Amino acid sequence: MSKEVSTANRPDNTAFTQQRLPAWQPMLSAGIVIPGFVLIGVAFIGIGVALFVTSKNIQVLEKDYTGVGETDSSCSKCVALPEINCQCSVTFSLSKLFEGPVFFYYGLSNYFQNYRKYGASKDANQLSGDLDSFKAPAESCEPYRYNSNDIPIVPCGALPNSIFNDTFKLFQLVDGRKEEVPFDGKGISWWTDYNIKYRNPTVIPLRNAFNGTVKPPNWPLPAYELNTTDPSNNGFINQDFLVWMRRSALPDFRKLYRRITEGDYAKGLPAGNYSLEISYNYPVVAFEGRKKVVFSNVSWMGGKNQFLGIAYLVIGSMCVVMSLVMLIVYAKFKFPDEE
Amino acid sequence: MKFALEEDRGGTEGGRRKQLVAHRLGRDERRVDSRTIYVGHRPSPTEVFIPPKFCDNRIVSSKYTVWNFLPKNLFEQFRRIANFYFLIIFLVQVIVDTPTSPVTSGLPLFFVITVTAIKQGYEDWLRHKADNEVNEYPVTVLEDGRRVRTESEKIKVGDVVEVDEDETFPCDLILLQSTRDDDTCFVTTASLDGESNHKDLESLNATMECEQPQPDLYKFVGRMYIYKTDQEPAIRSLGPENLLLKGATLKNTLKICGVAVYTGMETKMALNYQGKSQKRSAVEKSINAFLLVYLGILVSKALLCTILKYVWQSKPGQDEPWYNQKTEREKETNLYLKMFTDFLSFMVLFNFIIPVSMYVTVEMQKFLGSFFITWDRDFFDPEIQEGALVNTSDLNEELGQVEYVFTDKTGTLTQNNMEFIECCIDGVRYKYRDAVGTELDGFCATDGPVSKLHEKADKEREELFLRALCLCHTVQVKEPTGQDQTDCPMDPPDGLGLDGGRLPPPQEQRGFIASSPDEVALVKGAMRYGFTFLGLESKKMKIMNRNNDIEMYDLLHVLNFDPVRRRMSVIVRSKSGDTLLFCKGADSSIFPRVRQEEVDKIRVHVERNATEGYRTLCVAYKKLSSEEYDRADKGLREARLALQDREEKLTAVLQEEAAETMEALQGAGIKVWVLTGDKMETAKSTCYACRLFQRGTELLELTVRTLEDGARKREERLHELLLEYHRKAVQEAPPVKPGAGRGWSKANQDYGFIIDGATLSMVFNSPDSNSSRYQNLFLQICQNCTTVLCCRMAPLQKAQIVKMVKTSKGSPITLSIGDGANDVSMILEAHVGIGIKGKEGRQAVRNSDYAIPKLKHLKKLLLGHGHLYYVRIAHLVQYFFYKNLCFILPQFLYQFFCGYSQQHICVELLLDNATLYREIAKNAMLRWVPFLYWTVLGVFHGLLFFFGVRYLFGNPALQDNGQVFGNWSYGTIVFTVLVFTVTLKLALDTRHWTWINHFVIWGSLAFYVFFSFFWGGIIWPFLKQQRLYFVFANMLSSLSAWLVIILLILLSLLPDILLVRDAGESGEGGARSWARPLLMRTFSIEANTVV
Repeated sequence: MSKEVSTANRPDNTAFTQQRLPAWQPMLSAGIVIPGFVLIGVAFIGIGVALFVTSKNIQVLEKDYTGVGETDSSCSKCVALPEINCQCSVTFSLSKLFEGPVFFYYGLSNYFQNYRKYGASKDANQLSGDLDSFKAPAESCEPYRYNSNDIPIVPCGALPNSIFNDTFKLFQLVDGRKEEVPFDGKGISWWTDYNIKYRNPTVIPLRNAFNGTVKPPNWPLPAYELNTTDPSNNGFINQDFLVWMRRSALPDFRKLYRRITEGDYAKGLPAGNYSLEISYNYPVVAFEGRKKVVFSNVSWMGGKNQFLGIAYLVIGSMCVVMSLVMLIVYAKFKFPDEE
Repeated sequence: MKFALEEDRGGTEGGRRKQLVAHRLGRDERRVDSRTIYVGHRPSPTEVFIPPKFCDNRIVSSKYTVWNFLPKNLFEQFRRIANFYFLIIFLVQVIVDTPTSPVTSGLPLFFVITVTAIKQGYEDWLRHKADNEVNEYPVTVLEDGRRVRTESEKIKVGDVVEVDEDETFPCDLILLQSTRDDDTCFVTTASLDGESNHKDLESLNATMECEQPQPDLYKFVGRMYIYKTDQEPAIRSLGPENLLLKGATLKNTLKICGVAVYTGMETKMALNYQGKSQKRSAVEKSINAFLLVYLGILVSKALLCTILKYVWQSKPGQDEPWYNQKTEREKETNLYLKMFTDFLSFMVLFNFIIPVSMYVTVEMQKFLGSFFITWDRDFFDPEIQEGALVNTSDLNEELGQVEYVFTDKTGTLTQNNMEFIECCIDGVRYKYRDAVGTELDGFCATDGPVSKLHEKADKEREELFLRALCLCHTVQVKEPTGQDQTDCPMDPPDGLGLDGGRLPPPQEQRGFIASSPDEVALVKGAMRYGFTFLGLESKKMKIMNRNNDIEMYDLLHVLNFDPVRRRMSVIVRSKSGDTLLFCKGADSSIFPRVRQEEVDKIRVHVERNATEGYRTLCVAYKKLSSEEYDRADKGLREARLALQDREEKLTAVLQEEAAETMEALQGAGIKVWVLTGDKMETAKSTCYACRLFQRGTELLELTVRTLEDGARKREERLHELLLEYHRKAVQEAPPVKPGAGRGWSKANQDYGFIIDGATLSMVFNSPDSNSSRYQNLFLQICQNCTTVLCCRMAPLQKAQIVKMVKTSKGSPITLSIGDGANDVSMILEAHVGIGIKGKEGRQAVRNSDYAIPKLKHLKKLLLGHGHLYYVRIAHLVQYFFYKNLCFILPQFLYQFFCGYSQQHICVELLLDNATLYREIAKNAMLRWVPFLYWTVLGVFHGLLFFFGVRYLFGNPALQDNGQVFGNWSYGTIVFTVLVFTVTLKLALDTRHWTWINHFVIWGSLAFYVFFSFFWGGIIWPFLKQQRLYFVFANMLSSLSAWLVIILLILLSLLPDILLVRDAGESGEGGARSWARPLLMRTFSIEANTVV
């Protein structure tokens, strides 16, 4: 081997071809692992405590207004006698300040927004303002593609059609007087959805774009009349619509409806009695669903979620315990009993 | 000569006509087992000539033609279980409305199929080329007295073919005539039985009848009707000695004529050649087994989901909630049909549990991995300037699992030549020392001999010994060397001259041809010491002695070597009138026949040499009185020899490091069987030399010789011996621990088993029920022996043995290694075939799976590369199953939360997924961890990923702006956790971190992040739905998502660090022990260093 025979056939003598690459063999010695575990454990416990405390401090107020089951609910009548904009109300009282900003969610349960065909039942091109697909909606929209007169539905599909259409108004009862709590409907949807993903057709006025189309059968108003006062919240970029279009992952879900950030209520909801007036439209009884409203404030970790904090605490303490066990084992190995 | 033949035939027309009638009759009776050949295609004018239908002389080894390539190749590919499965999935995706696009499974499948088809097509094209080369080889055919040059494939049965020296026979021929005076010719059958025996073949002429083609090389039965003008046709029987086999080469004979009897695919060579079928590795088989398990899981999952779906839908309001009404078509579809399509949809959804990507990756890994064999410098042989060659990459990992090695002897274990090493005359030992710089010299006291310490034997004795070596053989001198010595006879020398002794250099190149290489070695050995055999001329043997004098001896009798007597003798008369008998043979046959007082001295040497692995032969001589000679002459019976006896030692030059290699293999628990076409003695001595047999090894011999003891029938004896050996080796032996290696102590008796071809065919072909029983016994004996030696094997028998072992219980992995064309069938039959780039042509290399330049490379190939490949591929496969289980389980669980609507989590990332792990897995050198472990781990991780995120989503408001996350975010989080966990798991299992590992592992994580950003960061114009648009970025803006990802990754990997893993039952024969978790190992290592 000493004499290098120069020949083309001879394989290259590189570390790679000879499988002799320099290799680093990680040696997780006890000296690294045990402190490592302790460190991880302590860090996890720290995070866990922070999470737990944060989560504990988040105030949440949930009110079910389905109108089925609870007899005292004024919404029962709306279930019994469905009508458009059936009005009912839920009252509650706060004993102390509900710190702001307060987020107001509506929640549905046993509602399968994650159903595959349901989720696919929309036309992404329509929703990005493509006028061609106004005339010929995507096939996935069936059976909400054309109406019985063969006129295309815009926006087509089951997902837009089934938009949540209960509306809420919150009043604080001050000295027998109803004072409306202002709702902020902006910034409740993802920024990218509002600014990039969903686009209205560039036709002015907007309603002209919808010529030759019909509204989805469940909608009381066509898309171009969702918010006639604010063109930046109308059509496909209506915030409520966008929130609805972002499908939930699980059948029990909540969606952001409004924020309470304005006026007297920017610091939160002061203690007192409140009345939530509901236009009850959305039927859920047929599929044994429930409806609720949720007031919540958020922290750096989002909404209230005890799971994460507890999990961190558990894992963290497991790590610490484990490192103790390892320390004992290690000590036994390292300092074996004198015979 | 030819004209004589023609005239002869022309004249016998009448006679033949009669004869033809005769054998038509004869033939009709046994039509099945014989064929009639009309030499020169001369039909009888009087009867209706039906030209017999024989196949033409075309050799076809290719599999496809242009026309049938596509359908046939596709058919073969889809016979593969995985391909078929993916095809079905693909079709389902096309037909049924499914959650995933057909492209995701169609594209990889198409890729795999295309690449394989191209590869196989190319290989077949090469075969076509090789076939054409053989088929268009020019040959000379004699037609009505004219010589016609034609192509090999045009030869028909009955053609008279002329073959020149050094040409190979184009088909099986019956020798009609040769240019040699004695009507014999020499052939070398190296490409058939692997030995360069030069066999004498007699020649005959006329028409013949012979048996139907059969593969046994040493069997041929036929009759020939020879017509003479004036007499009844003479009938002569034809035996194998008359048959020239296709593939053999004509040697030392200018030209022969022969009539073609078997052509094309009916030649013995073709019948011995087995089609190259695609080999499958055992790992692939176990992959298939895993696959079935996962298929079971898959089907049951899909079934469960379907059932649950319909149970759930039967609840009021769930089947068709108002917000998600069905289409008309859905309403009209039959319920059962719907169920079925739902089932299929679930199948497709979960089908990623068995990923196409795995097959692609495994193929790629094997393909790229095989380059490491080619690149290995240790396999480079400076002599032939070549390294190893990989013909198939499918079997890399098989190299690490070989349990049986079948090796050819000649050219594989040995280098196919022999050398004279030392001798012992009258108990005095001589050794030839090849001092550098000195000319080859004789036994002169001055410089040659080694044994100065010993008293030298008589000079006369020495010379007598050398003469004996020169005379007692059947060696022929290759004639046309162009340097013929003068033929002047000289006076018979009597060992007077001591000077001189130099040989004329050209003599050294003198070619000798003999039926066995040891004879050549002896003659050459004698030549080195000054006695040169010049040749045989009209019954006179000429020897040139040390003084450059020519001695002449009359050759009176030659008793050829045969395996039963195990010796050969010649009787010669010297010029001085002495009649001398020389006898040469195995010690066991010489010792009883010489004076006992001499024997003991010699025996010591013989035994010592034999145990050193040399091949020993004894030579004895006797001066015969004229009466004795007459008596011997009459009866040619063995006179009791009563004189000195010499012994000599030869060695078949072993391949470099053959013994070490064999020892290493046995040390690794691999059983080595030697299958050779060689004679038993030669083979045995080689086995000793390679330390396959050792001093303590008890040999169990089952050969023609042992069978012929006593007067009983062979069959009975066979039966008896088999039972006896079985008792010895199987019943009495303590159960052999596999992989324990050979024990040096006597307590563990080693057995070596020897069987020869004839006996083997008895074992295999014995009538009725015995056959399988014998085979069973035979197999059991063999499996209990450390080494098995099979000699006198026909190529097909070698394959038969390999097949027997291959199909025996436990179906062990077999490996065949050989260098000659005779090993091809064996190489093809075994799981792994290895060709040695030796001297005997390239057939073995062409047909092998791997080719290496030397036997010694086998060690590294098996124990180094094979091991690594096995470990890698095993880990790769396990890892893949694990990964996919991890991947698919959250999807499965998700079905429970989305109304069984086959909503899946993240489709675009699937494609990404395959590319992510391909590279990682390829470079990881990892351990074998049992399938179950991985499956459980996969389930655990899958559950963890899913439920961890599920509880996080108990409140989907995960951002500090109160916005909520949807289902795509959910999927992205799960998938991110998954990617990181499985990659880090791989990192945790990686023992050797090379820059490639670093690059790939960290690179793929970085790539994942980058890709997710990129994929989600742009509105892709070609996508219908921008489902993942900014989902990943949004996820990263949520602190909770970060926290849950970190938590889940850590939690998944914790058990890996902590749990004691038992990887003991890895089936690698003790090579790998308990794989302890990192920590435990660390502790003990530290404990060791401290104490």
